[in-house]
Amino acid sequence: MIDTESIANELKTALPGCGIEFVANPSPSAQSSLLIQGTDLVAVAQWLKDHSEYRFDYLSNVTGVDHLEKTIKEKVKKTQVVDGEEQEVEETVEQTIPGYLEVVYHLYSMPLRHGPLILRARTGNRSNDVALPSLTPIWRSAEFQEREIFDLYGVTFDGHPDLRRLLMWDEFEDHPMRKDYVEPDDYEYEPTPHGPVLERANAHQTPPSTDAPSETQSD
Amino acid sequence: MDEGLRGELSKHGVFTTTLEGLHNWGRRNSVWPLQFGLACCAIEMIATSMARYDLARFGAEVFRPSPRQADLMIVAGTVTKKMAPQVVRLYNQMPEPKYVIAMGACAISGGPFKQGYNVLKGIDRYLPVDVHIPGCPPRPEALIHAFMTLQRRIDAQSLTGPNRARHLRSDVDSEFPVPQFGAHDLHPPSNPKTWTPPQSVRSQ
Amino acid sequence: MKTSPEPPSGETGADPAPVLPSPQDPPYTLRSRRDGDRNLSGDLLEISMGPHHPSTHGVFQMDVTLDGETVVQLKPVFGYLHRNHEKIAENTSYLASMPYTDRLDYFNSMTSNWAYAISVETLAGIEVTERAEYIRVIVSELTRLLNHTCLIGFLVMDMGALGTPLMYAFREREKILDLFESLSGSRMMCNYLRFGGCRCDLPPQWLDQAREVISDFEAFLDSFEKLLTENEILMARTQHVGVLEADLAINAGITGPMLRACGVNYDLRKVDRYGIYDRFDFKVPLGATGDVYDRYMVRILEMRESLKILEKALRDIPEGPIVHPKAKLRGFRPKPGEAYGRIEGPKGELGFYLISDGKPQPYRYRVRPPSLINLTILEDMCLGHSVADVVVILGSVDIVLGEVDR
Repeated sequence: MIDTESIANELKTALPGCGIEFVANPSPSAQSSLLIQGTDLVAVAQWLKDHSEYRFDYLSNVTGVDHLEKTIKEKVKKTQVVDGEEQEVEETVEQTIPGYLEVVYHLYSMPLRHGPLILRARTGNRSNDVALPSLTPIWRSAEFQEREIFDLYGVTFDGHPDLRRLLMWDEFEDHPMRKDYVEPDDYEYEPTPHGPVLERANAHQTPPSTDAPSETQSD
Repeated sequence: MDEGLRGELSKHGVFTTTLEGLHNWGRRNSVWPLQFGLACCAIEMIATSMARYDLARFGAEVFRPSPRQADLMIVAGTVTKKMAPQVVRLYNQMPEPKYVIAMGACAISGGPFKQGYNVLKGIDRYLPVDVHIPGCPPRPEALIHAFMTLQRRIDAQSLTGPNRARHLRSDVDSEFPVPQFGAHDLHPPSNPKTWTPPQSVRSQ
Repeated sequence: MKTSPEPPSGETGADPAPVLPSPQDPPYTLRSRRDGDRNLSGDLLEISMGPHHPSTHGVFQMDVTLDGETVVQLKPVFGYLHRNHEKIAENTSYLASMPYTDRLDYFNSMTSNWAYAISVETLAGIEVTERAEYIRVIVSELTRLLNHTCLIGFLVMDMGALGTPLMYAFREREKILDLFESLSGSRMMCNYLRFGGCRCDLPPQWLDQAREVISDFEAFLDSFEKLLTENEILMARTQHVGVLEADLAINAGITGPMLRACGVNYDLRKVDRYGIYDRFDFKVPLGATGDVYDRYMVRILEMRESLKILEKALRDIPEGPIVHPKAKLRGFRPKPGEAYGRIEGPKGELGFYLISDGKPQPYRYRVRPPSLINLTILEDMCLGHSVADVVVILGSVDIVLGEVDR
């Protein structure tokens, strides 16, 4: 097991100005990771690959993760002056975390047999700022995995030699692994529908109204 | 010819049959399947043709790589939306008479992967299926059972008359339109000539 | 430093930039016999192999560009079996994904089970009982035998040996599947492992039956090798075909027998020592040239090592519970966090990456498919070879489409 935190400190001194943040993992696996700013990703990756003490020459796994926009309600205790008297008042503060797409890289070293070192990089948002630098020029193993993330999550990788859809057909217009993807409504018969399935069954048995666009309706 | 006379003749070494019977006997004992595996069930299909289960006993061991030489399409495995147009195209390329066995839960209805956004919920939506075998995957014995069912069906087909076999009727399609890739789904999502959505039991 | 010619105007003193091949230069070397009469060759021929092609081992497509019979470009096309395993797993409970892992790599359901179980155990800190660890080793080594024999059968079938070796391979496979069936109730889709152990204990006499199968297997392997290893046709079709350099293999993330055939000593059973693999004494077979023949040989030798492991495991397996008492099956909710667990599957490093947000369903569920990543260098291996060799090279990669596309 390698010490991710010390690598983070070393990286900060070796590559000053790079956005590197240590992300702890509270679960029993204790696989902590490094959050790298997207623009510095290539420099950090190259440093990790070339460093004689680490030699991360094997990029095992590249994962896309979708994080929706979420609001966190937190109760904050505040001291307020009420009627000239100091009182402790609880206040709910709503904090909105904008959504983003995340790419997680698992690095190992074959000659030194250590790992995993986990890197993560985040896009600005989920709609128009979705570019990250490609690591395919450094590790070829990222080639298909980045294409898959581009296909299923919609992250565009700058510098990828051949960025096309990997799994879905080329005419497909969405990114189906995103959390808010709505699947096509091709209802399949259930022998004893109930609840929401019954509602869908009823919707499919009424003939489609004439003003609805015919393409979105299924038989 | 009545059965009594036929039995009497056979005692004297004279074998009689009808043209239809002879024709069907030949057809049912040389069903050549298309060598066409989609997913997990394909491995069981291969296992069926191997030593232990020996599909050759049923005259169906000649797996043809080309659809032009095949009589039977065994849809063995999950049909994804990306694959469905090619499956229909392969079916269209097969000469008549042709039969389809839907092998396994996925080919019947999508099976365990039914909720998937890229999974076709049953090959019935585009092709007429003769025999369905449930199972995930069906055992080789189940595939053999499906073969025997198909053989019985071939045996019962008549060459003439209003109930003559499907491939002898001019009013029945032998090719089906190949679905097109759409922005989210296949277009059309099913072929209304072969498939209508079943009526829900409790929806009234 | 060699004397360079006059630097072009605008540049002063500094070293000239290294000459990069221009994009017009073909990125391949032609090794065809037709090189002499290149001026006769006309246009390139583009053919599409698959998704329905008898040699693609399922629904896999390659867009191959040929110059005569020589491959000059090859682009794999995926997705014909993309059945949304990851999306379905993110909407269902942790345990309910276990049967889906069977269907990932449908030759090796037991190892897929183990890879998933080991990831969840890492995520939630579950321990595994001693007996269950032994059972896991036994079933996964049996799976390795099954996978490697069938793969070699298919590989030789791709070379034209249509029946015999595959028939032998499937005969042995049936014996192992009988063991799996009596153990789990299903031939292929075993769904046998659980977090913290296994689903049920071994049936009576199972260990004896397993010993019998293994002792038969040794004899089978001898006869199989007699049939194939020094076969002239096999050697002619595989030696120096599809050579892969070790550096490229590491860089492209190749794992499993493919990597070890290039001479890189990286077997996760030795590196990670997951489970109880540190108790077994076995060698890691390595190749020298990295061609298709080496991959064949590495697999044969790996099966022999597996037999050694199996013999010891079947001898040493202790009595005891098969599921850890603290392992929770129902209402299982791991603490928020993430974990990546990996094992040495028969095809390479099979890993599962899980992110939990404290709910019964994983927030993110990702399979690291060895079959897909081993295909990264398919084009590099095929360039310059004839189209008939493409079939053999693809066969030697050992892919299962359920895992490639998931």
